[in-house]
Parts: sequence; structure tokens; C-alpha cells
Amino acid sequence: MKITKDEVAHVAHLARLEFDVEETEKFTSQLNDILLYMEKLNEADTTGMEPMTHAIAQKNAFREDAVLPSLPIREALSNAPDPKGEFFRVPKVIE
Amino acid sequence: MELCERTIHELQQIIRDGGASSTDIVASVFRRIDAVEKNVHAYIMLLREEAFREASKADEEIRKGNIRSLTGIPIALKDIYCTQGIPTTCGSRILQNFVAPYDATIVRKLREAGAVFTGKTNMDEFAMGSSTETSWFGVTKNPWDLDRIPGGSSGGSAAAVAADMCIASLGSDTGGSIRQPAALCGVVGLKPTYGRVSRFGLVAFASSLDQIGPFTKDVEDCAIMLNAIAGYDPRESTSVPVDVPDYRQFLGRDIRGWKVGIPKEYFIEGIDPEVETLVRQAAKVAEGLGAEIVPVSLPHTQYCVAVYYIIAPAEASSNLARYDGVKYGYRSTEGRDLLEMYKKSRSEGFGAEVKRRIMIGTYVLSAGYYDAYYKKASQVRALIRRDFDEAFQTCDVILTPTTPTPAFRIGEKTGDPLQMYLSDVFTISTNLAGIPGIAVPCGYTAAGLPVGVQFLAGHFQEGKLLQFASAYEAGADFQKRRPNF
Repeated sequence: MKITKDEVAHVAHLARLEFDVEETEKFTSQLNDILLYMEKLNEADTTGMEPMTHAIAQKNAFREDAVLPSLPIREALSNAPDPKGEFFRVPKVIE
Repeated sequence: MELCERTIHELQQIIRDGGASSTDIVASVFRRIDAVEKNVHAYIMLLREEAFREASKADEEIRKGNIRSLTGIPIALKDIYCTQGIPTTCGSRILQNFVAPYDATIVRKLREAGAVFTGKTNMDEFAMGSSTETSWFGVTKNPWDLDRIPGGSSGGSAAAVAADMCIASLGSDTGGSIRQPAALCGVVGLKPTYGRVSRFGLVAFASSLDQIGPFTKDVEDCAIMLNAIAGYDPRESTSVPVDVPDYRQFLGRDIRGWKVGIPKEYFIEGIDPEVETLVRQAAKVAEGLGAEIVPVSLPHTQYCVAVYYIIAPAEASSNLARYDGVKYGYRSTEGRDLLEMYKKSRSEGFGAEVKRRIMIGTYVLSAGYYDAYYKKASQVRALIRRDFDEAFQTCDVILTPTTPTPAFRIGEKTGDPLQMYLSDVFTISTNLAGIPGIAVPCGYTAAGLPVGVQFLAGHFQEGKLLQFASAYEAGADFQKRRPNF
């Protein structure tokens, strides 16, 4: 086993997801299959290879630090499930 | 022949000659939609009223002699680009009611070119899938056989072009999501070089791999569409400031003396014999046009699927962290505190495949596993790119199958995610290396399903790719068909 049900539950918490018992079992079995397949990579000799993080090597993209027009607050809040005034309202964070 | 069955370049001529108005063309497209959309389900949302309104504006411009590159042409958009004032769902329940307050750069560019939008097309949820079966809005069917999948993730865009429910469309390609459905639906699909087209306003899946490109009925239309969308965008820091040529100049030229690389690693066990025969026949056509076939090797091909299904989910798990029920998107009413609200909103809002990939991504990036998975995959990715750099020292273009099989049946692979992932085996390497690739129809199986050949070229060599594809298309030895349903 590459990954246990407990680990799946832990990863789900990290990803802010929750699964019932049946889903956890299904995901555990599917993730195991997928992770076993990934083992294939151990056959590849990567000695001295730099990890590639971007398809096209680029320098950092800088621009002048000038203020440009941005989205008006009302439009930025227009999709919020629970806006209040100029804020996003959420359930209570601290008891 | 109905107007909706025409190509962009044919319609441009018809418009210029006064043979039809944009309104006539849009009406023809919507007549086709009314006749077949109930069977195909290529669209999440139709923009009928808007399209007729834009068409009459286009007709006004045409009367004034003000004809731009896409004036009055009906184009469909994958529902992954932000469109101001029009919902953008990304095929997900979590964005079901999301209305972007701005246009994606490519949407703005198409508007400026005069395009008329017919609607937003169906897709795998967040572009995660190879069959358009993971959409919250239902499955899209392949117009060539309604029991089969159209490919994915841009299945709606491919099916809409194949069924003449638009003249051309746009998709996005992270691991084959343009080329694979193009091949399975018998249309042309191009994934440009990483950085060639701005992704500002594209809902992000895997940011080091995602790229936008067109679906068209022929190669000339592909060049016209690429002209309209390519170019640097100051709002997108990974778009590359490289000059954009007029891609139409590459059409109709010969390919005499070109070296065409055939990688042996792409003709493996498990490839459908009919697909292999048709793709090898395409190589013969190129040879007949004066090109030389040379064997090349891409020795790390066997690792592509494993590398991709580490890197793409890792990036996705990070990109999709933004869906938290706070700023936009679905919020569950069940959560009693903030953490519970996050968990319930995300668990109710995302479908199974998206959750599976977030889980893989979170796992491979989590403490203790990073080196074994993500770092290792990124190192092998560098080897895959080096394979291509070396191969392009000895050939101009590479020719491969686009998919190992023709379109599979709806439901055939949904129970086994790994089998679904393996259907991307020939398209993934292109995204990992960042190079451009194009799928072009190369014939039909005995059962009448379309097959696509894939051509690949070096970074920013779209011109070369289109020159080769256009020569192949003109020299191909099969009669083009239309789906009949």
C-alpha cells in the first residue's frame, strides 16, 4: 500500500475536502493504483538534472510600479456569496 | 451546401461578394444547433440573442466596407474563458453562477477582430478529463457516433465544429485537451507554443502547461484563428514577447526536402491497428510530397503520463485552492465555522475527478513526499524536453498518432481513472516540453470514426507546423466526410 485510509483523511484535511466512508475507500484504492504507476519514474536516471519548472525559460517579468485602473469594489464583490458593504462576510473564525 | 458547413475563408469570400450576410450565416448556424444540439449537447450556454445582435452590427460594418479578419463569423468559446457579463462555469457546480467582471484577452481580441460568439461550450470540469464526461452539465456526444465520447477536455468545442454548430471554436490544452478531441471529432486542432497566446482570463488548471488554441474545419482557418489570438500581453507575465508573423503566409508552400521524424516510441503495443495504418499512410503522403522520413528517438516518452499526472495535479491543487466559498463561486450553507464552510463548499462544489486530482496534487506536494514525486517528475520533465531538442536537430517536424485509439464509448473508462489518463499518452509530452502541436484529420476507420495525425515542431515554429499541415491536407488521399446523424 502506497497510501492508507488515514493518510487519505489527512490529505483531504490539508486540501480542505471531506469524504464519507465509502468515498474514502474508493479514493484510497484509486490513489494507490495511480501512485503505484508513478513508481515508474524511479527507473529514469535523473542524476545531475535540474528540475524543470517552466516550459520556456524566462527571466522574471518586471514592470514599472505604476498604479493602473483596477476593478471597482462593487464589481469585485458582485460574485461574492455573502458580501456586506465593502467586505466578504464569512462564518465565525474564532469562538 | 449550408452556410454553417463552410469554412471561415469561404465565408469571408461569400461576405465580400455579397452572397450572404453575417445574419444569414448566424441564422444557418442556429438552425443547425436547433436540429442537432439536443443529440450532441456541445454547449453549456447558447448566446442566440447576442449573436443575432452582433451579426447585425457586423452587417452594418460590412456595408461600410469595414471588414476585419473575423467580421461576422460565428465562433464558439470553451466555457473556461472569462466573458464579461456572461456566466463562465468551467463545467463545474462551484462556478455555476459565476459571471466574470472582465473579458479574457483572447475574448477581447476575437471581439476586436469582429467575431460573433454563438455560446460557451461544454468541457470536463476544470478541463480535467479526456472525454467531457466529468462536466457538471452533462456529457457531450461525439457527432460521428452518439454512443461515443468526443474526447476532452474541450469536447464541446470540437463537437460543435464537427457538427457545424459554429464555424470555428476555441479550446485549451493542458495535456492534449485540444488535439485529442480534434482527432476524435475529425477536425483540425492546434496547441500553440507555451507563451504564444495570452492566458489572461483563462481559468487556471496547471499553469506551467495550459495553452489556448483553435478548432477549425481546415488548416487555413487554423492560421486565421491563430493570427487573431497570438501575441504578447502585458497582463500575462508568461506570454512571450516574440513577433507574430502572418500565419497565412505559410499556407500552400511545398515541403520538398523537409525531414519528418517518426519516433518509434509512439508506435507501441496497444495502439489500434487501424489508427497506426492511417497515421503511417499520412507519413507516406508527406513522402510523396518530397519530404524525407527519418527515424528519431524520444527515449523518455514512457515516463510522460507519470510526470504529467504528478505535475498537473500539483499545480491544480494550488490553483484550485482559490475556490473557498468566500470571494466567488458556490458556498455551502451547512458550515458552522470557517473551516467547515471551506470543506463543505469545496466537497459539494467539486466533482469526483477534480477532487481526485486535488488529492493527488496535495499528496505529492506534502511534507516528506515532495522530493520523491514533484522534484523527480520535474527532473524527468527536463529529460523529456531534452529529447525533443535533440530530435529537432535532425528533423523539421515530428509525425505521430494523436490518440492510441478512435473515440471510445461513453462510460467505458470512467470507472478506471488510470486507463483514462493513459488515453493522453501521445499528447502530453508536447505540453511538458512547451512545444506546439497540431492534430489534422488523416482518414476514417472501417466503422466510420475519424482519426487524426499529430505534427509537432520546435518552440515558436507554428509557421512551420502550419506549412507542413497545409501541404499534407492538400496532398492527403482520402475524401473528407461529414458526420451523418
